[in-house]
Amino acid sequence: MKILAKWLALAVLLCTTPAKAALDIVITEGVDAARPIAVMPFVWQGPGAAPQAIADVVMSDLVRSGTFKPLDELGLPQRNIGTVAQFQANSWSSVGAEALVLGTVKPYGTDQYLVSFDLIDLVKAQNQALKGPVSATEFLMDSRQTVISAAQFRQYGHRISDIVYEKLTGIRGAFLTRISYVVVNHTQKAPYQLMVADYDGVNEQMLLRSPEPLMSPTWSPDGRRLAYVSFENKKAEIFVQDLYTQVRTKVSSFPGINGAPAFSPDGKSLAITLSKDGQPEIYIIDIATKAIKRITNHYAIDTEPSWYPDGKSLIFTSERGGRPQIYRVELSSGKVSRETFEGEWNLGGSITPDGRSMIFVNRTNGKFNIARMDLSTRFMQVLTSTRLDESPSVAPNGTMVIYGTTYQGKQVLAAVSTDGRFKARLPAGQGEVKSPSWSPFL
Amino acid sequence: MDLNKLLKAMLVALPIMALSACSSTSESETDAMGSTNGSGSELNGGGIQTGGVGAMLSAEEQQRQQLEDLRKQHIIYFDFDRSEVQTDFAAILEAHGTYLVEHPSVRVLIEGHADERGTPEYNIALGERRAKAVAKYLQGMGVQPSQMSVVSYGEEKPLDFSRTDEGFGKNRRAVLVY
Repeated sequence: MKILAKWLALAVLLCTTPAKAALDIVITEGVDAARPIAVMPFVWQGPGAAPQAIADVVMSDLVRSGTFKPLDELGLPQRNIGTVAQFQANSWSSVGAEALVLGTVKPYGTDQYLVSFDLIDLVKAQNQALKGPVSATEFLMDSRQTVISAAQFRQYGHRISDIVYEKLTGIRGAFLTRISYVVVNHTQKAPYQLMVADYDGVNEQMLLRSPEPLMSPTWSPDGRRLAYVSFENKKAEIFVQDLYTQVRTKVSSFPGINGAPAFSPDGKSLAITLSKDGQPEIYIIDIATKAIKRITNHYAIDTEPSWYPDGKSLIFTSERGGRPQIYRVELSSGKVSRETFEGEWNLGGSITPDGRSMIFVNRTNGKFNIARMDLSTRFMQVLTSTRLDESPSVAPNGTMVIYGTTYQGKQVLAAVSTDGRFKARLPAGQGEVKSPSWSPFL
Repeated sequence: MDLNKLLKAMLVALPIMALSACSSTSESETDAMGSTNGSGSELNGGGIQTGGVGAMLSAEEQQRQQLEDLRKQHIIYFDFDRSEVQTDFAAILEAHGTYLVEHPSVRVLIEGHADERGTPEYNIALGERRAKAVAKYLQGMGVQPSQMSVVSYGEEKPLDFSRTDEGFGKNRRAVLVY
């Protein structure tokens, strides 16, 4: 509870900073299962007030990962230490945490700062302290320093989180990533906005605003472009937009549906849905040449293509069995096989980056929730218990899923860990938030 | 327009007259009185009321009138995850079809919509199937395919934001836009 209260206080703090966060996270489940960790506020070694609190970024990242819960800093045995040299292992013998992050920040020329941090293995330190005095470097897991500008504090905080997370879990951190999503505010003249923000909702930027619907944003593998559907010409069309240059390219504008784009792993083509020949079918379109290749051919609805990480197969939603279920098509042979059988409907699937599981929307007893299926054992687990869940998008390290849901009659974003233990909600300020898409590693 | 109003008034008035003729209890009479008083404008006008009768319409005129009324309804609703046109909406579509056949230069846009259940991408497909079901129905009546175009908005443009079963029902629709 203490941690939660602290986290809430932190969220309030973040709200009051000029870069206002439209998406503030509320953790709804899974704090108790998280691993305790100690994060000390980084020691400011310059004149006047300290610049942004980098340790707060690290702490909130670790909380959001669902894997860690930082201890209350007020309860830590040492205060105001910034390097492993100041660390006294004996004082920490009763602290129930596996690791300690500490660091320093000092001025380093105009608008430049030198940030150093050390990651200490507390368990090892506690064990060795019992055997008598040892060199502090024995339990140092990592130690780095870098020069950053004032604008890079948050970014470098995420970088520290990535390192800490990977050292302690063996899994690459996904804190230096972004999300894109659609905000709909019907009280405004142009209600539909395509947004991009840091993975934690900070640094929200508008990429496109339109009086007509915007749908299905999805990232290119290099994290530089977004493909999406826009109805700006009163019909569905697929665009690719460069995030840096803002250049938009219309990729697909056939009669009928142009929808559900998904970049191929090499970034050169999109799997899309077209209904130009009658029913919605899966096609692959070359982004540069606009050449299309038809992949499916069935009188039922085929849509929502998503690539296997190896680029050799697609999964897609099809109604060919009577109800929406997920199928796989091998691109070289065109061979189609059904992947899901449990529940009334299964749709909107994607394969996790390790290729081992599939994340999708499952309908059981009329309820729509996010589910995961292990591709080797076929074991399916429903991950969420929120309402009208849709649009799941997996973090590039495969640990977390962001998805659209409904809370208090409004569309909001939520996150769930792929093991289903950690659950959080990202409430929006204005309007409805939907169609989240998690970027690749940036 | 006046004729139309009168016809509507008669449609409402006739069954009420028939009802009150059948029932002889004082309760229903007070109810009827209450509703008359409730309308208010007559009282403000110093108690003066006027009455009237509808013009005699030929069968053909009546039919035209009916079709015109029906054409004012331009939303066709669908069952969950279904895209078949329900018999309840046959009359509305007949009216639109007749009009479009008689006016081959008029074009109509058929919008397909879905409720918020399922995924947005699947709902786009479902919305298109609904709009196409309506187009096919009209084509069956002789409307030229060149007179009709179809667009699906899926769950992106709900009419009702309540996300209740009733709201979902209002959102599962095809809309005829002239």
